[in-house]
Amino acid sequence: MTEAALRSVDQTRVAEQSRSGALRRFIIRDATFRWATLIAAVGVLLLLGGVILSLVIGSLPAMRAFGIDFLTTQIWNPVTEKFGAVAPIYGTVVTSLIAMIIGVPVSLGIAIFLTELCPYSLRRPIGTAIELLAGIPSIIYGIWGLFVFAPFLQATLQPLLINSFANVPVLSSLFAGPPYGIGILTAGLILAIMVLPFITAITRDVFLTVPVVTKEAAYGLGCTTWEVVRKIVIPYTRVGITGGVMLGLGRALGETMAVTFVIGNAHRVAPSLIAPGTTISATIANEFTEAVGDLYTSSLIELGLVLFVITFVILLAARLLLLRLERRAGT
Amino acid sequence: MKSMALYARRRRWSSVVMGLSVAATAFGAAWLIAILGTLIWNGVGGLTPSVFTSMTPPPGSAGGLANALVGSLILTVMGVVIGTPIGLLAGTYMAEYGRQTWLTEVVRLVNDVLLSAPSIVIGLFVYQIIVAPMGHFSAWAGGVALAMLVIPVVVRTTENMLLLVPNSLREAAAALGAPRSTIIARVAYRAARAGIVTGVLLAVARVTGETAPLLFTALNNQFWSLNPNAPMASLPVTIFQFALSPYADWQRLAWTGALIVTFAVLTLNIVARLLSNIGTSK
Repeated sequence: MTEAALRSVDQTRVAEQSRSGALRRFIIRDATFRWATLIAAVGVLLLLGGVILSLVIGSLPAMRAFGIDFLTTQIWNPVTEKFGAVAPIYGTVVTSLIAMIIGVPVSLGIAIFLTELCPYSLRRPIGTAIELLAGIPSIIYGIWGLFVFAPFLQATLQPLLINSFANVPVLSSLFAGPPYGIGILTAGLILAIMVLPFITAITRDVFLTVPVVTKEAAYGLGCTTWEVVRKIVIPYTRVGITGGVMLGLGRALGETMAVTFVIGNAHRVAPSLIAPGTTISATIANEFTEAVGDLYTSSLIELGLVLFVITFVILLAARLLLLRLERRAGT
Repeated sequence: MKSMALYARRRRWSSVVMGLSVAATAFGAAWLIAILGTLIWNGVGGLTPSVFTSMTPPPGSAGGLANALVGSLILTVMGVVIGTPIGLLAGTYMAEYGRQTWLTEVVRLVNDVLLSAPSIVIGLFVYQIIVAPMGHFSAWAGGVALAMLVIPVVVRTTENMLLLVPNSLREAAAALGAPRSTIIARVAYRAARAGIVTGVLLAVARVTGETAPLLFTALNNQFWSLNPNAPMASLPVTIFQFALSPYADWQRLAWTGALIVTFAVLTLNIVARLLSNIGTSK
């Protein structure tokens, strides 16, 4: 054999070795990458599991000490170490309800405007402006609520409500007491502004999924714009709207900073909506770093657990509804 | 005649409701203007160079927000650096390896729940797993808490953007003999780059203004500190503390800080939006 032929055999062997080496490296790299992504995906699941587990463990001392009484008593006394969650739970539910009663119709109105009435060239800027409301940090809503909105309400809306309902049986107790400015109603109104962009974004998106042909057919039959919305758009998107509303509700229930500024931090259940109150998140934000004693800390963690469970159920239901909608749109 | 009257009534009713929807939009937009207006009105006056150079003052003396600004920057970077890779990898699994598996479905659902979970509860969680065992508040804990808010945003956008990459691109790369990991890193990521960057920017925007999860993780710090093992000041927590204080000069600083945070967050939001428009129009 000549030297040249020998060399070429050698080269082939070297090339084969390097190719199989490269292949092995590729296989290892592929497997590593695949496992890394899988671990990260499972990690997201573990994160949720971890949150629930750590909250349960953290609230065990309070659960042992108070049992079910925690959820049924109103006393919140750090000195005697008696804790009941009724006042914060009541505040959370009522503020969120106020937010929904005001926020949902307004969001639907904006979504109707954006999808049916608004000229095309204005849709984007107006839609963006509403979405930017969602970008404003909640602490800004808080500081604005405390220094601007609450004094404004104290001077205008609250005296008006007190005076005009003073002689109406049920409503007079809803709006009883001096106008402090801060309180449950103020917190609810600020939450309403905060959930607007979330509900609007989703309702607008589901409104846009209504087939144009269906709407045009209704217009062709002589329906007015409102009738098209009422009879075609809303029935078609009912599930999506419900999902969006529940998503907004989830946000309102868990909102912390904005509420903490304007709620007034009073641990009691007052029938009046303009009285100061507290919510779960505001109680935790205000008291956690100052809580002394394991039982106090543990009670606050149990409050967090209650909040997490409530929002978890609502958000999960919202997502499942929206998921069902996506499936329907997909098929 | 009767039918004309009915028609007029329907028309009238329709215009009433449509008028209400215009009013609703004006109502929504008015809040944005009102809030931004007050922020500028109350905050611009205090916007002097010393805000960026001097430390948070004790009540009654002059000062700035330098330590809070730097603290916020460090905490945000920590959150993004910890959270982004995890979110990116998880999103990659869902869009590339695990399409239509039950794991992906469950992770997507759980991720959506985490996306809207109350951030104060995240703070409690991090307190339980980091602050309590370590025995003290630290910037690390704050960074981890923010990372937990970054992850869901990044997971969601990564998955959505990767799903938009046409499969023909992946098939072409596979036909050239590229292994799976190379296809993802060199083809899929590159095609989805604008969208993924948008997701990270949105995550940054979200955590920049977050206060609740920092309250009992990073706590706050009156002094200049770069030590990640010690409590660290942040702009939102400083605003919280100063705004609720009875001192007028603290409240003024809070307004200035609020102005800075809001404009930083809104700018990030708008940049992210523009970027995603460029990405989708291509």
